[in-house]
Amino acid sequence: MNTHHQDRNLASQVTMLEARNLSKQFLLHLQGGVRIPVLSDASMHVSAGECVALVGPSGAGKTTLLRSLYGNYRAGSGAILVRHEGEMVDIATAQPREVVRLRVKTLGYVSQFLRVVPRVAAVDIVAQAAIGLTPEAARAGAVELLLRLHIPARLHNLPPATFSGGEQQRINLARGFIGGHPILLLDEPTASLDNARRDIVIAMILEAKQAGIAIVGIFHDTQVRDAVADRQFAVMPLQDAA
Amino acid sequence: MSDETLLSARGLNLHFGTIPALVNVDADLWPGEVLAVVGESGSGKTTLLNVLSGRMAAQSGVVWYRDTAGRIADVHAMPQPSLRALHRSDWGFVQQNPRDNLRMGVTAGGNVGERLMAQGSRHYGDIRAEAIRWLEQVEIDADRVDDLPRTFSGGMLQRLQIARTLVTHPRLVFMDEPTGGLDVSVQARLLDLIRGLVARFGIAAVLVTHDLAVARLLAHRVMVMQRGVVVETGLTDQVLDDPQHPYTQLLVSSVLQA
Amino acid sequence: MTGYNFAYLDEQTKRMIRRALLKAVAIPGHQVPFGSREMPLPYGWGTGGIQVTAAVLGPNDTLKVIDQGADDTTNAVSIRRFFARTAGVATTTRTAEATIIQTRHRIPEQKLHENQIIVYQVPQPEPLSRLESSRIETTRMHGLAEYGLMHVKLYEDITRFGHVSLSYDYPVMVNDRYLMAPSPIPAFDNPKMDMMPALQLFGAGREKRIYAIPPYTKVVSLDFDDHPFRTTRAPHACGLCGATDSYLDEVVTDDRGGRLFVCSDTDHCETHRDVGHVGSEGVAA
Repeated sequence: MNTHHQDRNLASQVTMLEARNLSKQFLLHLQGGVRIPVLSDASMHVSAGECVALVGPSGAGKTTLLRSLYGNYRAGSGAILVRHEGEMVDIATAQPREVVRLRVKTLGYVSQFLRVVPRVAAVDIVAQAAIGLTPEAARAGAVELLLRLHIPARLHNLPPATFSGGEQQRINLARGFIGGHPILLLDEPTASLDNARRDIVIAMILEAKQAGIAIVGIFHDTQVRDAVADRQFAVMPLQDAA
Repeated sequence: MSDETLLSARGLNLHFGTIPALVNVDADLWPGEVLAVVGESGSGKTTLLNVLSGRMAAQSGVVWYRDTAGRIADVHAMPQPSLRALHRSDWGFVQQNPRDNLRMGVTAGGNVGERLMAQGSRHYGDIRAEAIRWLEQVEIDADRVDDLPRTFSGGMLQRLQIARTLVTHPRLVFMDEPTGGLDVSVQARLLDLIRGLVARFGIAAVLVTHDLAVARLLAHRVMVMQRGVVVETGLTDQVLDDPQHPYTQLLVSSVLQA
Repeated sequence: MTGYNFAYLDEQTKRMIRRALLKAVAIPGHQVPFGSREMPLPYGWGTGGIQVTAAVLGPNDTLKVIDQGADDTTNAVSIRRFFARTAGVATTTRTAEATIIQTRHRIPEQKLHENQIIVYQVPQPEPLSRLESSRIETTRMHGLAEYGLMHVKLYEDITRFGHVSLSYDYPVMVNDRYLMAPSPIPAFDNPKMDMMPALQLFGAGREKRIYAIPPYTKVVSLDFDDHPFRTTRAPHACGLCGATDSYLDEVVTDDRGGRLFVCSDTDHCETHRDVGHVGSEGVAA
C-alpha cells in the first residue's frame, strides 16, 4: 500500500471480498479426462472503495479467477468470502440460493458479452437489474445511465441483439452499475469502446470507488488500469498437468 | 427467501418395467425459487415433475409440501380432495400443450375465471374484471376476453394458460416445457413474461426443459438428470458454465451456439 | 288384471328399486345406480319414472300423471291407464287428491303437501354431462363437490347472452352438497322444489339412475351474486282462466298468427275456472 491510501476513511479498510488459498482446475471428461489446473493457492482481497486489477498474460486465468469470485465457476478448494449484509459468506460452500441472494444485493458482475432474453428492450434490461426501486424509478435511472454511456434515446426501446459490440458492452455496464452493489466485478469493461466512451467508464468507476464500492477488474487497456486501479494482483500461468 | 423448503423429495424411485425413470432422487425447492430439471427425453425429468406434483406415484420415496400455514403434508399420502384442492389453488401446472389445460369451447374470460369460481367466487363482474386484469398481465388485449381460445395463436394460448394458472396466485407452479411447442420468435417473449411474473409474485417453480437456454434465463438452480439419476445440481450458471459431471459436459457442449 | 304382478314389476325388482330409493333419500341429490328394467314403452317415454312409481305405489294410492302440466296428453293418459290396469289404483287429475304424482317437465302449480310423492321422469340425470363427457370424472367431481365448472357454464351464458340462457333443467344445489339436474322442468318451477313438504323422487330409465330430495330440503338454483336466479313466465294472463301467476303454454290457434297463452297446468286452470275466474278467451264455468 502506498501513502495515498492513508488519507482514505476507515471504510476503505473494510475487506469486502477475499479469496483464500483458492485453487481451480478443469476436468474435461470429453477430452479423455484431461485436467487443466488454472489457479493454485491464490489469495487476494479488496476493500471498500478500492479497485484491484487482475493482471497477467493472456490465458493465465484472470477470467477464471474473476468468475470464481462471482461463483460462476466452482472453486476447487479454498474460500471466497464476501461481505454480505454485514457478514462474511463463503461463496465456495454457500447454498446456491444464498449465492443468488448475495448476487442480488451485494455482488455485481459486468461480463464482456451480453446474455439476455431476446426481444426485451435495452432500457428494460437495464431497469430489471435495479434493486429496491419502483419500476418507474428504475426506468428513469436506466435511461439516465444509458444516455450517460452515449446510448442514444432512439435505441432505448430496442432489444440489444442487433446492437454493435460496443453498444452491447455499454448496456452491460449500465446493468452492472445500476444495481448499486457494494462489490463489482468487471471483466474487460472497456474492451470495445473508443476513447471518449472509455473516459466515461473511467469516470463511472472512480465515482463508484468514491461511493465505497469495492471493485475487482480485468483491464487490458493500461490507461484505464492506471486510472482506476489502486493495486494489481498478478495471476500467473500454471504448468499444465496431464 | 425463507430457509424452510416449500417442497422436498427424498429417495424417489420409479421404474417402468426395466427402464429407470427415477433412481434415488432427492429434490428441494425453496419459496420463490425456480428450479429447472434438464436432460434429454427419457431422462425422467417429466416423470419427476409428475411425482413431485402428486400426479403420479413413485414406487418408493416421499414428497413433502409445506402449506401456507406452515404445516407439512406428505403429497402422496394426502387425501384426494386435499390434493385436488391444492392443485387448483396453491399450485399450478403449465402444460407444454396449452390445449391440454384450456377449455377450447369456453371464452378466454371463462378459462381464466374457472379457478376463481372453483374457489367459490360468485360475483360475475368481479370474476370478469379479474380475468381481464390477468389477460393484461400476460399481454393479451382486454377486448379478447370474450373470444374463444381457438381464435388465438400458439403463443397467446400459452399465455392464456399461464393467466388461467396464476389467477389464484399459486405459490408453486409446475411447468413442463412451457416454451416447447412455440416458434422461436414467440419463445423469447414468453420467457421474459414468465420470468417477470415469477419474480413479481415470488412464485416458486419446478421447470422441466430440455433447452438449456430456457433454464439459464429462468432458473436459479438446475438439476441435470440422466436415465433417472440426478447427476448434477447447483447454481444454474455454475452448472452450465462449469459443468462437473461427464454427462453435463456433454449436454452443454452439444448445444448449438447461435 | 291377471298375468301381471301388482303394478307390473315383480316384487324383487321393486325391492331393488326401493333400496336405491332409500339410499337416494339418505343422500339428497346423489345419483344412485339401479338395475333399470325393460318396460313396455320406449326410453324417453318415462321408463325411469314408471319404475319408481311402481316401486312406491300401494293399492290405496291415488295416482295423477302429467306431461307438460297436462293430464290429457298421450304420455300422461297411457301411463295413468297403465297403472289403473296393472295395479287397479284410483287415478285422478286433481293435484290435491293425488297421493302420487308422476310428472314429465312440470311441477303442479298447487302447493304439494306432506302426504304426497312427486315422481319426475328424467332423461339425463347428470347435470355436468354437457360440460364433462367422462362419467368417471363427473362422479369424482360430485364426490369432491368440485362444481366450479358448472359456474363456468353460467359465466359463459352471461358473457354471451347477458343472462343465463337455461330456461329448463336449470341446475340446483341440493342440501348445500350435491349439484342436481331437476329434469327438464322450466326454471319457473325450480323455487317450488325448495323446502317442498312432499317427497321428490327422480327416475332415469335409460341412464339407470335414481335420485331424491326428501321433504323440507334446501334446494338452491345456481347463480351469481350480481346475476341472481330469476324465474320468467310469458307476460300474459291465462286466456282461459285469467291467472297471472301460473306458467303458460303458447298455443297457436290458426295459420294467421293467432296465439293463445294458457295455463300449462290443466288442473290448475280448471280449478281456477271452477271458482269463477275467466280469461279473455274463456267461457265461464
